Amino acid sequence: MAEPKRRRHWGEIEGLPILIVLLVIVGIFMITAPASFLGPRIYMSFLATVPPPLILGLGLTLVIAAGEIDLSFPSVVKMSGITFAMLTKFVAFPMDAGDDLIIEPGEARNLLPWLFVLAAVAVGAAIGFLNGVLVAVIGIPSIIATLAMLFVFEGVSLIVGSGQQYSLRGIDQYSVHAVLTGRIGPVPVQAIWGLAIAGVIWLILNRHRFGEHLLFIGDNQNVARVVGVNVEREKIKLFTLMGALGAIAGVLVTLENRNFYTTQGTGFLLIVMAAVFIGGTAITGGKGSVIGTLLGSYIVGCIEAGIVASGLGGYWTRLVVGLVFLAAVVFHLTMEDPKRLRRLAGFRLGGRLERRAAPSAQAPP
Amino acid sequence: MAFGNVVALRNVDFEVGAGEIVGLIGDNGAGKSTLIKIVTGVLRPTSGRLYIRDQPVDPERYSVRRAHDLRIEAVHQEKSLADKQPLWRNLFVGRQITNRFGFIDVRRQKALANELLLEQIGFRGAGLDADSTVGDLSGGERQGIAIGRAMYFDADLIILDEPTVALALKEVQKVLDFVRRIKESGRACIYIEHNLAHVHELADRLVVLDRGEVVSVLKRGELTLGGLTRHLLELQEEREHAGG
Repeated sequence: MAEPKRRRHWGEIEGLPILIVLLVIVGIFMITAPASFLGPRIYMSFLATVPPPLILGLGLTLVIAAGEIDLSFPSVVKMSGITFAMLTKFVAFPMDAGDDLIIEPGEARNLLPWLFVLAAVAVGAAIGFLNGVLVAVIGIPSIIATLAMLFVFEGVSLIVGSGQQYSLRGIDQYSVHAVLTGRIGPVPVQAIWGLAIAGVIWLILNRHRFGEHLLFIGDNQNVARVVGVNVEREKIKLFTLMGALGAIAGVLVTLENRNFYTTQGTGFLLIVMAAVFIGGTAITGGKGSVIGTLLGSYIVGCIEAGIVASGLGGYWTRLVVGLVFLAAVVFHLTMEDPKRLRRLAGFRLGGRLERRAAPSAQAPP
Repeated sequence: MAFGNVVALRNVDFEVGAGEIVGLIGDNGAGKSTLIKIVTGVLRPTSGRLYIRDQPVDPERYSVRRAHDLRIEAVHQEKSLADKQPLWRNLFVGRQITNRFGFIDVRRQKALANELLLEQIGFRGAGLDADSTVGDLSGGERQGIAIGRAMYFDADLIILDEPTVALALKEVQKVLDFVRRIKESGRACIYIEHNLAHVHELADRLVVLDRGEVVSVLKRGELTLGGLTRHLLELQEEREHAGG
């Protein structure tokens, strides 16, 4: 006899609740800041600025699902940016050309920046690999190892670049700019890259052996080991991938700005973390939502712009995003284990939530 | 087997035959878990030899995956299944059905998982399916799934590491039924258990480990349960005197 098919609760459809949150937030800003949020321009600006933190968030989703953390990515964004910017400025651009004198790139010269993109990604992957070795082989908790690496490579980027910014005016003459951060009509190309990378990361986490191994490592490392997962190797792969994604984000930021700023990436720590946790990736590991991170990134972008557009002023954005971040973590933790909320509030929520939390705990009468 | 300067196992020499349940007993720290980890490929021994189906196995190349290939499966006390993952992942992790790029055939794994749940484990109508999360299962159900997984993958040797620990009485009976089915199907089994009554009832042979050494081997029926308890106490006293 066929078993009755278990019906899926609407809340189980990946990302749907977060999509509703995004729409509600956009709706609120349409009321509080109609001049900005009722026109198309602000949405095009989201599509230009959100992809770099989105790509970082996608990598971080895998890292957090595996029960680890990476705090070093803001410095990876700097390192990849400065690698790309300095190579482009001193090798691809004519040596004697000042900022105002840009020579049309020839065929070969046009390809050169693509090599520098690869170099930047290689630098990011190398930093990630180093993170992986520190965590998986030497056994330093990832929060400490990557925090140290955050400072180390912020320092390296300052030393290498002598603390200067590098203008890449004229880079828009090169194909690398058009392909990575150009516009198709009004739509910024990086939005499409961000979406494509989200698709790939979704497939890795949900459909690939590597993603499954990460979920098991994040869920219970001992289980992962006894079922034959090579925990150390998978962690090194994970951090290397995170480094490479951070580098791609760094190149996109540099190209979009046509400038390397020494502060590039610094502000990403909060907004990327917030996006991942708003998206519903479990802080306790073993669960990650790529669609949640995709939507979470746009929620954070929306809040940042919406606060300013509503007239509150830029100083408020960090406070509000930080609070939303905290609220999201509390919300998801309570969904996971309603007892937390009861402990916090000191009252009982009633039977329904309790039973849902622990259906197996019911003893037969 | 040594960890740094600590020798965890020495002179451990024992064998398991087809259709046989070998009970492995000994106090905490006797080396049971270490021995099991070596047999299942989780740990690499520092010295010694391992024969599987009379063929020597190279310890350097031995791993969990290799053990699976040689049809050796383990059911560990509380670490066989991951809580937040659905059954279809738990049943196949480590040997996923993938294409050559490593992408998992989810539909096929789910279909097989449902089949396995019904046929091997008999969870008909219990409201469980391939999408159920392990965290929603009772302790007995978990052990049933883990043992069922081992049977499904046609293991010739199934190692049970304290499968009844922390289970309710009714659940324990379920697990013991699973253990009986292992024997009925002609497979070999190494059964680690703290509860002497359970091993005494099920095991064909009992191997007693103490401080990393085999100190006694008993055949089924050689001693009553009470006799076994006395024997173990005597052994312990002897060893303590010998050790000073």
